[in-house]
Amino acid sequence: MSVVSIFFTALFYISLIIFLVGMARKIYQYWITPAPLKIPTAPTPLTQTGVVMRLAREVVLFESLFKSNKWTWLFGWLFHIGLALVLVRHLRYFWLDDLPEIFLFMQPFKYAAFAMVIGLFGLMGRRIFVERIRYISAPSDYMMLVLLLTIGVSGMIMTFTSNHTDVIMVKEFASGLVTFNWVNLPTEVHFLLHVLMVFVLMVIFPISKLLHVPGIFFSPTRNQVDDSRKKRHISPWALKQEQDHEMKLNQILGQDDSEGK
Amino acid sequence: MDACVKCGACTDKCHYFLGSSDPKNMPVARQDLFRSVYRRHFTFAGKYFPKLVGAKDLNDEMLDDWYNYFHQCSQCRRCSVFCPYGIDTAEISMAAREVLDTVGIGQKYCNQILGKAITIGNNLGLPEPALRDTLLDLEEEIEEETGVAVKYPLDQKGSEILLITPSADFFAEPHIDGLIGYGKVFHQDGVRWTMSSYAAEGANFGMFIGSYDIMRKAALRIRKAALDLEVSRVMVGECGHAWRVAYSFWNTLTGVGAGASDEFGIKLQKQLDSRYPQPQHIIEYTYDLIQRGKLEFDKSKNDHRVVTFHDSCNVARATNMGGIPNGQFILPREVIKAVCNNYVDMERSTIMESTFCCGGGGGILTDDLMEIRIKGAMPRMQALKEVEKSNAVDTLVAICAICKSQFSKVLPKFNFEPDMIVSAHQLVSEAIIMDKPEISDSEIEADTAKIKEETKETETSK
Repeated sequence: MSVVSIFFTALFYISLIIFLVGMARKIYQYWITPAPLKIPTAPTPLTQTGVVMRLAREVVLFESLFKSNKWTWLFGWLFHIGLALVLVRHLRYFWLDDLPEIFLFMQPFKYAAFAMVIGLFGLMGRRIFVERIRYISAPSDYMMLVLLLTIGVSGMIMTFTSNHTDVIMVKEFASGLVTFNWVNLPTEVHFLLHVLMVFVLMVIFPISKLLHVPGIFFSPTRNQVDDSRKKRHISPWALKQEQDHEMKLNQILGQDDSEGK
Repeated sequence: MDACVKCGACTDKCHYFLGSSDPKNMPVARQDLFRSVYRRHFTFAGKYFPKLVGAKDLNDEMLDDWYNYFHQCSQCRRCSVFCPYGIDTAEISMAAREVLDTVGIGQKYCNQILGKAITIGNNLGLPEPALRDTLLDLEEEIEEETGVAVKYPLDQKGSEILLITPSADFFAEPHIDGLIGYGKVFHQDGVRWTMSSYAAEGANFGMFIGSYDIMRKAALRIRKAALDLEVSRVMVGECGHAWRVAYSFWNTLTGVGAGASDEFGIKLQKQLDSRYPQPQHIIEYTYDLIQRGKLEFDKSKNDHRVVTFHDSCNVARATNMGGIPNGQFILPREVIKAVCNNYVDMERSTIMESTFCCGGGGGILTDDLMEIRIKGAMPRMQALKEVEKSNAVDTLVAICAICKSQFSKVLPKFNFEPDMIVSAHQLVSEAIIMDKPEISDSEIEADTAKIKEETKETETSK
């Protein structure tokens, strides 16, 4: 194996571990963060099914964003749907056996890359030209877009220009990562850049705003059922809080006249 | 805190930003005051690459900004409707205010009011005798005007309904006309109801300062009143955040609700009548009576008005009424339409879940903040101007004490009449047909004779 291949193979596992451990820690943190009160935002679903539907609409269609701003929605949605389709198509590289027929149908998904990159340019344009959004943007917000653009454009160069990379080699390298049979990878600069940037993306995922992916599922204004009068919602945090603070509070206020201690 | 992608969806949704054009009033920028500190001290990226991700230290300057801008948020949650992740700036401003309170730079207005609410039982600091007196005056006034003895019972044990209403209803204009309306509706239904001098406050400013403990402390007075007065129903008057606290939080905080499996909750819930929603909003109650044909109205009494309804932010975005989807938008409108003939809505993007805040909510209803209150009212006023032009609207209905106070102050600044803001139950009160006590002539004669005799007796005994 070449030095470059060893380097990239090692980098893959390192980034993967950082990604998985980082995400697990964050999701655990979100999981244990108390939501002591019922705070769903209108229009609120009155049933659990309603909540699932609401979250599904948010995740698939970006419902709230659509209500808010059609341009941001258009570019944002184009990017995300494009990314999703392209990612699904990438599964072929990690598939160990012969590709099932379904992958044939996924072939056109490669054109989703255009949606993805157009979306990204749109979002970048907004960030630069709309004054309100420029005001709220930090350097990392631009860098994130540049990073994603680099991944998208380098991938497109390999797919749609004459700079094809050796797909068979890619497949052997990728499935080798899964089965721990490490082999050399192609060394075209587009390919290396593409893969390197994906690793960077994985590493920064758990420490950046990319956490919006798991975050949406933990958003109490979106994931709560509006049934506060029917069920008593009491979190362990609140119970402990009540016990711990009741005494202290009474000392501060210098009186003791409430029920239910 | 982590999920915001700075998409900018919320940037043009805040009424304070629209009214003031101050970029720090964009919801995401307001959150960023808090988020930048969170990033600096609690995240990897912020600890090691602060400049890159906009992380900042918590210092005096930052605290000043917090104090300023978290008191330019009325916690109306309009931004959270539009956020793709449902990030709620209200929650963040509550948290920031709690931090400010902890480091000793709390806001005078809220904290003074809470002191009164927790020691005396209402935000005005009204002791029991004063309250009793006020209510007696009100009874006299109504009887003089209508000839009907509408009662305002206080601390009557064994009543069916305990009414918890914002204390502004006892004094302020136009709030008191709403209270008159509640009384008339109760009277017509013939239900036994009472208020409590111990818990004469629906509003709970504990929510505004983000303190679970204080909010609970204030709410527990209502639990105690309900238990002491042995009522089977708890009802809430017209007040925005009071209804939010009651509808969404009371079950958690005090057990006023249903479905408890713990001792604390069950104790109260055994006493409460499970056939009714607990707590119930006065609008739900009146709506129900209207549906059952128990109330009669002379709608023409409100014919001189063209009415529109301002969805109060806390009711609209954080509660429900009637247990049907979007009931909080439907029920008040149905009640209003049942008592008046001329009703129009303002523009769709400024009502219901997208309603603009009055500009005075969330604990900033103090004269010190008048400037921002006027700026924050601007978007609502613009929408009102439009229906004034197109439909000659001259009456604005709200079901929130803060909205009513705020509007009566800011309406003149936008060339409206200050008295165009009314309670929903004021319209009810004006149109309701009261049953006059039926007394025959002979009975009156007998009464007069009796009184004459009594006077004679007293005179002779002298």
